[in-house]
Amino acid sequence: MAIATHNERLRHHFDTAEQQEESSTLGMWVFLLTEIMFFGGMFGAYTVYRNMYPDAFASTSRFMNITLGAINTVVLITSSLTMALAVRSAQLGVKRALILFLVLTLLLGCIFLGVKVVEYHEKWVDHHIPGPGFRYDDARYFRQAQILFFLYFAMTGMHALHMIIGAGLLATLIIMARRDRFSAAWHTPVEMIGLYWHFVDIVWIFLFPLLYLIGRTR
Amino acid sequence: MTRHIVPVRTYVSVYAVLIALTATTVAVSRIDLGEFNFIVAMTIAVIKAVLVIMFFMHVREASALTKLFAGAGFFWMAILIVFTLSDYLSRGWLPLGQWWR
Repeated sequence: MAIATHNERLRHHFDTAEQQEESSTLGMWVFLLTEIMFFGGMFGAYTVYRNMYPDAFASTSRFMNITLGAINTVVLITSSLTMALAVRSAQLGVKRALILFLVLTLLLGCIFLGVKVVEYHEKWVDHHIPGPGFRYDDARYFRQAQILFFLYFAMTGMHALHMIIGAGLLATLIIMARRDRFSAAWHTPVEMIGLYWHFVDIVWIFLFPLLYLIGRTR
Repeated sequence: MTRHIVPVRTYVSVYAVLIALTATTVAVSRIDLGEFNFIVAMTIAVIKAVLVIMFFMHVREASALTKLFAGAGFFWMAILIVFTLSDYLSRGWLPLGQWWR
């Protein structure tokens, strides 16, 4: 750092802006580690039950809407690209591009959630929601298939909740950007919420093959 | 700030690879490869996750400490899955013959 620019965002307990940003990044990663552990519990439960009842779990994959799942995967990856470009615009200090890319990311996030609502509705119509109203055409797997549908709703539901929280965070960022809170020298919230958004994308990258694709050929 | 700003071209290239991998994993899921269906699907998912972590989450340019923390999270995940499975498998609680078809 050659030019000592005055930065009113630099807190007194940090020596430099770089050190401050490094601390924020590390803190955000520690939070993401707790998120990995949180989702890890559900991925662990899924692994055990998929191995315990492989036939019952494979039989459910034909009730998963692969077209909608694939569309949502593309939507979410695209939103990760727009988020990365939003962070880049913030680094360059270009306000218009920052707001544009944040709005695009928010829009794509809402499309993802809308598609998810359609999928949940399909499950409701097909009586594939575990509980007293559950119906399954293969009587052998009536009980075991409910475990998969329970995991499906728990995992995609927690993922969707993270998306809803992410949408709220993006809306906050858009308001802050409009009020000129960010500059090339300071835009830490954009970077941190970017990390969060990409993490939620990674969770879906694993959910899509596990819930929709595996067991299709059986 | 001396921060290195990643060119748009890099982001778009990574995005193109991610979309291509998504199309590949959907296409491969239609072909019956036996146990390899699961292996192929998970390998593609891991490659996609690594691309997002390295390029979109900037871990490639991050400090060694941040890299360690990011790696620790996924290492912990591996411990969770491997140790749990080794317990279930060694007790014979899982139907071994039909593993992950």
